[in-house]
Amino acid sequence: MEATLATIVAAAAPLLFATIGETISEKSGVINLSLEGSLMLSALAGFVLAFETGNTWIGFVAAAIVGASFATIVAFGSITLRLNQVAVGFVLAILGIALSSFLGSGYTGKPGGPIAVPPLDIPLLSDIPFFGPVLFSHNIVVYASLIVVVLAWLYMYYTRPGLSLQGVGERPEAAHSRGVPVNGLRYGYTIIGGALVGIGGAAFSLDAKLGWSFLHTRNFGWIALAIVIFGGWHPIRVAIGVYLFGFLQWLALDLQDVFPDLTQVLPIMPFVLMILALVLVNADWLRDWADRHPRWGNLIRGDAPSAIGTHFSAE
Amino acid sequence: MTARSGEDAAGVRGAAIGALPFVVALLFAGLLILLVGENPLEALRLILDGSLGSPDKLSDTIMVWVPLTLAAAGLVVTFAAGLWNIGVEGQIVLGAIGAALIAREVTAPSWILVPLTLLFGILFGVVWALLAGVLKTKGKVNEIFGGLGLDFVATGLTLYLIIGPWAREGIASTSGTEPFPEDALLPAVGDTRFSPLAVALAILAVIGVWLLLRGTRFGLKLKAVGRNPKSAFLLGIPTNRYILGAFAICGGLAGLAGAIQATGFHQKLVPSVSGGYGFLGILVVLLAGFRAIWVAPISAFFAIVMVGSISLTLRLDIDSAIGGVLTGVLVLFALIGSGLRDYRQRKRAMEAPPPESEAEPGGDAEPADAREATN
Repeated sequence: MEATLATIVAAAAPLLFATIGETISEKSGVINLSLEGSLMLSALAGFVLAFETGNTWIGFVAAAIVGASFATIVAFGSITLRLNQVAVGFVLAILGIALSSFLGSGYTGKPGGPIAVPPLDIPLLSDIPFFGPVLFSHNIVVYASLIVVVLAWLYMYYTRPGLSLQGVGERPEAAHSRGVPVNGLRYGYTIIGGALVGIGGAAFSLDAKLGWSFLHTRNFGWIALAIVIFGGWHPIRVAIGVYLFGFLQWLALDLQDVFPDLTQVLPIMPFVLMILALVLVNADWLRDWADRHPRWGNLIRGDAPSAIGTHFSAE
Repeated sequence: MTARSGEDAAGVRGAAIGALPFVVALLFAGLLILLVGENPLEALRLILDGSLGSPDKLSDTIMVWVPLTLAAAGLVVTFAAGLWNIGVEGQIVLGAIGAALIAREVTAPSWILVPLTLLFGILFGVVWALLAGVLKTKGKVNEIFGGLGLDFVATGLTLYLIIGPWAREGIASTSGTEPFPEDALLPAVGDTRFSPLAVALAILAVIGVWLLLRGTRFGLKLKAVGRNPKSAFLLGIPTNRYILGAFAICGGLAGLAGAIQATGFHQKLVPSVSGGYGFLGILVVLLAGFRAIWVAPISAFFAIVMVGSISLTLRLDIDSAIGGVLTGVLVLFALIGSGLRDYRQRKRAMEAPPPESEAEPGGDAEPADAREATN
């Protein structure tokens, strides 16, 4: 039980970075649909740079830069040029996948041992029974992923700039009339979000799924986008979604022993179930129930930022 | 979650493929090839030679062109309705499964069996697309995510069939099922894979979609739904029925593409039977500016690049993914190019002294912007 939970917490780190990054971006009104490509390319960049320099953290910086660059293109295309966000993001997703296959072919199967994120038990806290092994016996990347969730939540809902962030995603006109630079903030949060996605990529290739292989982070970018919706654009609930997905993945792995015939099929099931969960949280009856029972309902109910995917121009 | 406009959803209006993005994309790919220490001109020669250089290669290229064109033609219809049919990959896969089912289970002469496999491919594709449609209209799940989910299910289903009930005698491997019986295969010319029937079907599909969107009431109303579902609904168009109709047409064409992939190209069911032509088809349609007629030549270019770049891996030390890079960069630059053009026009319009307009925040004042709302 302890070991299982610890595994799930450790394995969730990359997706936490990616989903929180996307949540921040979407909260400001910009959908960065490029995740499947930017996650994969940043995973490659992180591994390659760390491998070539021998320094894990240079890999993380490189990955963050790749993620931020993709996000900058999305921001430029959708904010400045007013192109359709989905189109720009989708093309970048496909391009990122192709680029990572092209540039990464020489790094397939290279050993990542020496550049893996080193384990780091937190003194004292890691000795607490149960919570110690589950939460405090990982590495700095896993701790950082947990901190990012909490910080994003506090920032969004309990600080002034956080309220502005919500403002530009919900009511850009009103934010503008109060002197908030709508498009400037959208640029900033999209790029920050993209950098977090990039860090998530490096957290795959340098920690959770050490090394590089063809399509190394396959489908995780798409599932990250779905989890953001599942989590109702709320960092804590998004994190719960990530852990739920992690649990399903663990279950799929575990069931392979029970159903050896389905070894190839089971790993896909969590992706399927996660999308089904999306259907469920959108279901009318559940939404009605949530409206009638706000205390519990607010836990499951989440609406998209009203101005998501739209353009804003002050002229 | 409302959908956005089809025709200018991506801002790709007018001539989407100007010469400039094309040149820039080629330069970018060339630069990458230089970066890995190979000669770009030699690579270009090999791409052309590897895709058009012999009857065998040419027929392979044509048989990539066919499913790509079919999927892209279908996607023109869903885009016209303002839908991002990301589920197209799964619809291709289900088409292949439908065809494989007939090819494996039915024994009949070729002239019955071949049409039957194609028909079942279409049927399975339609059903899979309608699932995405129902998820959207009834379940209020954005078609992008419903489609992705169904893509995952389709992948799982194929793998299950290949290693489970349809596994080859003795060996359960993911390399594919037993080859289909001769009578179920698309009739091909000589020893090549070239099937005139498949090519005819693809051409018919392009013309059909072109006529549908241009000259029929259905097409007209569909485009109205795509441009502004709310007003279309208020004007008495049963929006949901049109959305489902668009899904069904696209699913049918994608299913046909899958059936042709299975019975014409692979001649068995393989895990990666879609070939990624669904997502590639979306790029084709974006580059075509959502116009059916342009789908055919652009698909041809993509097919040449895709088939040709495989030979790069064999002859030079260049990964075949360079083909995907080239097409991806091309579409990205074309998008940004058209965006820059509109941007400069807006700038010019602002500098010209029009009657002073009030500040109209939110972009609601411009119908084009309101239509592009994605959620």
